[in-house]
Amino acid sequence: MRAVIIGAGIVGAACAYELQREGFQVTVCDPGVIGGGATAAGMGHLAVMDDSPAQFALTSYSQALWRELAEELPPTAEILPCGSLWIAADAEEMAEVHRKFAYYSERGIPVEVLDSQQLAEAEPHLRPGMAGGLLMSADGVCYPPCAAEWLLRSVSVIRARVVRLAEGEVTLDRGSRLEADVIIVANGTAAVDLFPDLPLAPRKGHLLITDRYPGWLRHQLIELGYLKSAHSTTADSVAFNAQPRATGQILIGSSRQFGAVNGEIDPPMLARMLQRAFEYMPGLAQLASIRTWTGFRAATPDKLPVIGHAPGYSTVYLATGHEGLGISTSLATAKLLADQLMNRESRIPREPYLPGRSYSHD
Amino acid sequence: MIELFINGRGFFVKEGTTAAAAVLTCGTAQFRSSVTGEPRAPLCGMGICYECRLTIDGVQHARSCRIMATEGMRIETT
Repeated sequence: MRAVIIGAGIVGAACAYELQREGFQVTVCDPGVIGGGATAAGMGHLAVMDDSPAQFALTSYSQALWRELAEELPPTAEILPCGSLWIAADAEEMAEVHRKFAYYSERGIPVEVLDSQQLAEAEPHLRPGMAGGLLMSADGVCYPPCAAEWLLRSVSVIRARVVRLAEGEVTLDRGSRLEADVIIVANGTAAVDLFPDLPLAPRKGHLLITDRYPGWLRHQLIELGYLKSAHSTTADSVAFNAQPRATGQILIGSSRQFGAVNGEIDPPMLARMLQRAFEYMPGLAQLASIRTWTGFRAATPDKLPVIGHAPGYSTVYLATGHEGLGISTSLATAKLLADQLMNRESRIPREPYLPGRSYSHD
Repeated sequence: MIELFINGRGFFVKEGTTAAAAVLTCGTAQFRSSVTGEPRAPLCGMGICYECRLTIDGVQHARSCRIMATEGMRIETT
């Protein structure tokens, strides 16, 4: 059986890896480098989230898969089991910490509530006087492009754009055609070029990385206000998110913009994002930045990815719409697709992510 | 003359000396080690190459060729 996968980002790479293990002969097509699109602009969280029951199911399943895979990944994938710390700035956000603690505890996810003092001890560079935090010790981070490269290490990758899709066949921009028993569309926001009706919107984000300051930051930090801003499906927003990297560097996010037309740095948005970061960690302003860049997340209206059989085709499948959780959920996405292809039950229900769903959101 | 400290030792340098020049004139050629452990020292002298980075008054990765020596400055090589 032959499979063609469109897109060499983390999702396409995970699908390629999984299908190869199922015995498929896999070819991946991408006009760019491996992991050079949204994957390179992802922070690389391997996180569990609870925005919805379906999001929890997918992220927790995928995190378990990452934990298994971590044993095999090379050092370049920079797996760092640093844990996530959700920061509560006030009593209202602290109530959310307790709600999340109960939710995760009931479901067997290791979590811990930190009070103001414990939080300050855990992260001495945080602004004093935070209400507390929620430590999710099983979360981690990775360097996504190198993880994608490893997943594709024994897969044939063609540097070409797929310009046309038909049952069992793709046409490349150089004019040649590839036949396949299975075609998987895993090219993020570009999936709308092949499926104009897909409800995908590019959501631009900025990132900044510092020089090496080993030990300066210990956990991935995320403000609980992130939930409020990431929830909004229309307004531009920023939220504090900082990660220690295996190199000692600090990766700072995050911004979310709809309607941005190009990938250039938007200085006012970058300034707003950094101002937010400095409010939480004033000392960040003294560190040396070495690079800023942007990327486009593939956002769906209900904030769940699109995974499964493409409507109207028998050989084509979709794996896109992962928004800001594509690294976290890539491995589970590949498992769900492989299960559907092989007519097997999956570990979690597949229905919430199927392409033909209603996409409504509360 | 102003007094500054390089790795804890006191030295006197002329006013108007950069931190990089102070470190060189006080006899230290290795400013820092690269990620792979190679010795590093100033190259461009104008803030572009980043080879002259030192910890100055507690701030890591300070480009010493662009910073003037000041009274009591504490410089650490790495």
